Amino acid sequence: MENIAEKVAPADRDQTTVYEQLTSRGVSRRDFLKFCGWMSACMGLGPEGLAQVASALETKKRIPVVWMHFQECTCCSESFLRSSHPIVADILLDKISLDYTEVLLAASGHQAEACLKDTITKYKGEYLLCCEGSIPTGEDGAYCCIGGRSAADILNEVAAGAKAVIAWGNCACSGCVQAAKPNPTNAMPIHKVLAGKPIVNVQGCPPIAEVMAGVLVHLLTFDRIPQLDSLGRPKEFYSRRVHDTCYRRPNYDAGLFVESFDDENARKGYCLYKMGCRGPSTYNSCGTIRWNGGVSFPIQSGHGCIGCSESNFWDNGPFYERLAQFPGFGIEKTADNIGLGVGAVTVAGIAAHAVLTNIRKHHEIGEQPGEAASDGPPPPAVDPTKKGGA
Amino acid sequence: MHSPATLASPHEFQRIYVWELPVRFYHWLNALCIVVLTATGFVIANPPGINAASEAAFSYWFGTVRFIHFATAYVFVFNFAFRIYWGFVGNQYSNWKNFLPLKFAQFKEVMSVLRVDILQYSNKSLVSVGHNALAYLTYFVMFLVFLFQVASGFALYAKMSHSFFPQLFTWMLPIFGGDLGLRQWHHIATWFFIIFTLIHVYLVFYHDYVEGNGVLSSMAGGWKFLPEVTADGKTAGVSGKATAKPDPKNR
Repeated sequence: MENIAEKVAPADRDQTTVYEQLTSRGVSRRDFLKFCGWMSACMGLGPEGLAQVASALETKKRIPVVWMHFQECTCCSESFLRSSHPIVADILLDKISLDYTEVLLAASGHQAEACLKDTITKYKGEYLLCCEGSIPTGEDGAYCCIGGRSAADILNEVAAGAKAVIAWGNCACSGCVQAAKPNPTNAMPIHKVLAGKPIVNVQGCPPIAEVMAGVLVHLLTFDRIPQLDSLGRPKEFYSRRVHDTCYRRPNYDAGLFVESFDDENARKGYCLYKMGCRGPSTYNSCGTIRWNGGVSFPIQSGHGCIGCSESNFWDNGPFYERLAQFPGFGIEKTADNIGLGVGAVTVAGIAAHAVLTNIRKHHEIGEQPGEAASDGPPPPAVDPTKKGGA
Repeated sequence: MHSPATLASPHEFQRIYVWELPVRFYHWLNALCIVVLTATGFVIANPPGINAASEAAFSYWFGTVRFIHFATAYVFVFNFAFRIYWGFVGNQYSNWKNFLPLKFAQFKEVMSVLRVDILQYSNKSLVSVGHNALAYLTYFVMFLVFLFQVASGFALYAKMSHSFFPQLFTWMLPIFGGDLGLRQWHHIATWFFIIFTLIHVYLVFYHDYVEGNGVLSSMAGGWKFLPEVTADGKTAGVSGKATAKPDPKNR
């Protein structure tokens, strides 16, 4: 389906529902229901979920959305735009009403800023704030300024009247690469800068488009934020490890591992565990929803998971090794190298001690005066406790 | 060689029941657990490339190794918990108070052991009925590493389990930089056990070799052989713990 340019005047959009706008755009009832069914399946809802989603999209008014970009690469927007289902893009960009986003805004400069001001005052307490990117807090936020104001400043102003905040991607959820050591700009995720607002962390670098759409549809359908895990991620998409949903998992249990990229095992599609795959410690939907319309995901393409939906994934050692380097011993030293070294030193120490013992304790060891073997058996020892031996 | 009958041997031993059966049972079960956990742990960390010609459906050996690791971890935990319990109800040599050098006498004994047995610039005879104070202190440190291994191990395991028990330790993950960071520390701590075992086994041989006190077999039968204690307790060692008639209830 082509992405049809917005024709409905903003004033009209306020009164219409998503469904009304879709049908006026020529989307058939059948396509609409397919989308609702697909979304509810993504969210893990049962068959009745379809009716809930459809009913919500048919009856509920638009949600005004402000989409902010801070310290980031816009890959979250790119991911969303490349969603396989055309309605996904439409639902946000045309229908839910994206009132402000630096990336796709037609207006620029003062007009754009006026548009933002307009939205956050007119829809105070109703609009949804979506954030891409982390907030640099070093040097009073000078590392990321938009229109002469720091990211933290803008975020706090925009978030004040937001109904809820969605943090898109690893930057907004945990700081991603700019927060990796040594974090020169002192980049912070949204949840460390904002307080007192419900924040949904939609993790990933970028998140899967269907997951992003699913979170928005969830908010629209149920009018409340989804159940979150300990890192603030919606459980409906982040409750299972990539490892547990990986089609290569049987190879893991069978001990069939890729030893190096392009070896015979790699061609056979064995498990990438020894190549540093982070699947066993990463929660995401890559194994089930996959990418680009379910075409593939990194492991299916022969590359291990890098754990991009987990906090600090850049700092978790080389992507292609299971064990990170041992801190303070140079880059090629793992815990096992150090352990073997310490073990060798220990054995040498033991050997030296044994030699020392035979020299220093020479008189204590062995036969003592009065106990020559030829003297016959010693007097029976007194058993003070009268207990039986083992 | 004939020695004058008047010259009494310094090895006039009395037999003392030191390690009760539960302590010995704990020791060997613990040793077995550590061997199994270390071996399977290294396999899990870096699985050998074997069985590379078969279909995944016909094999489950890596899953089995992981199962053994996790099952043994549970045995290890409850065995450890039992030993802590026994530190409160067992005899004086297994009592928890020995493990913490809170008394000056214990601290003094640690220094003596370092002087006599480790650095060996003194040949003074030291007699400790249970462990010596340095050994007790080492075991206390070892218990702390046990706790760390248990907490980190179950925190890592929590992702694969629906049981409540592993979930009790998930707070470890953020402290140690998530799954991979904690996994690294769990791996490093394994080396503590390897180094510990090397030294531990050597020192058991050392004490039996130098002192002839049967410490090597004491963990099998529970009995140690120690010099007769004089009335003033002089040969009872620095700790002064050896009594003529050790009584498990006498503390």
